Amino acid sequence: MHGKRKLGGWLFLALVLAAYGATVLVDPGRARATFADFLAMFGKVVPVLALVFVLMFLVELFLSPERVEGWLGRGSGLRGWLLALAAGVLSTGPVYTWYALLAELREKGMRTALVAVVLYARAIKLPLAPLLAHYFGLRYMLVLSLFIAVFSIANGLAMERLAREPESKP
Amino acid sequence: MHMLPILLGMLLLTSLLLTLLPREGLHALFGRHETLDVLLGAVIGSVAAGHPLAGYILGGELLAGGVSLIAVTALIVTWVSVGVVQLPAEALLLGRRFALTRNLLCFVSAIAIAYLTVGVLRLLG
Repeated sequence: MHGKRKLGGWLFLALVLAAYGATVLVDPGRARATFADFLAMFGKVVPVLALVFVLMFLVELFLSPERVEGWLGRGSGLRGWLLALAAGVLSTGPVYTWYALLAELREKGMRTALVAVVLYARAIKLPLAPLLAHYFGLRYMLVLSLFIAVFSIANGLAMERLAREPESKP
Repeated sequence: MHMLPILLGMLLLTSLLLTLLPREGLHALFGRHETLDVLLGAVIGSVAAGHPLAGYILGGELLAGGVSLIAVTALIVTWVSVGVVQLPAEALLLGRRFALTRNLLCFVSAIAIAYLTVGVLRLLG
């Protein structure tokens, strides 16, 4: 699984680089603008990546599969759901920076439902809530956020039925 | 270490799509049929790769341009919950079945949330 994932990652990068190469050939000016965007984005993502790497290191160091199972596993109950919801709402940066951490936690015993809850609850953007209220009204922002929170739980439950869980590490 | 090529690939792909896909002129696509508008909003939000802030601003502009609040809500919610561009990275790290199922569920949920939100707002007056 890990070997396949590693190979898939490099293949993905190779395909994207090929698309970049094609853009350079077809429209060098646009390719330059794209690369400038990439550098700006890279600068913004670095702090989030650093946070994710630190969290992954801490998970590896301190969180045993038993502990993850207790907090976020099948027996975690309401605490697990609330923890996943809060983690999703509070997590920042691009979603793809969090996939690896969630994959690691899932392999250590985190419920598939709670992985889905974290990813869905990210749709509630606390720092951007004032902007959402400014554009669409405070009532709209509150009602929308409430529905997103409710649907994150519903989606988590549905995901657990529809997507299989990986076997936990021994 | 295995996430490095995926992250680099995602950053390159996102910047490529942000440059190649124009944001202007989206108004013209809406206004044919209410249900189609909702689907269109959800599809645009799903393939969008920018910051959520850009989604809110675009949603605000579309609303000001006469697009329905349901369609705009579908766009805003899929923008932050469905990731077509991120799908390869999600599939590589969390599994193909997980990624496809989750994104499909999120797409359908976004449309339901759009109708429910606007419905509740109408009820509240």
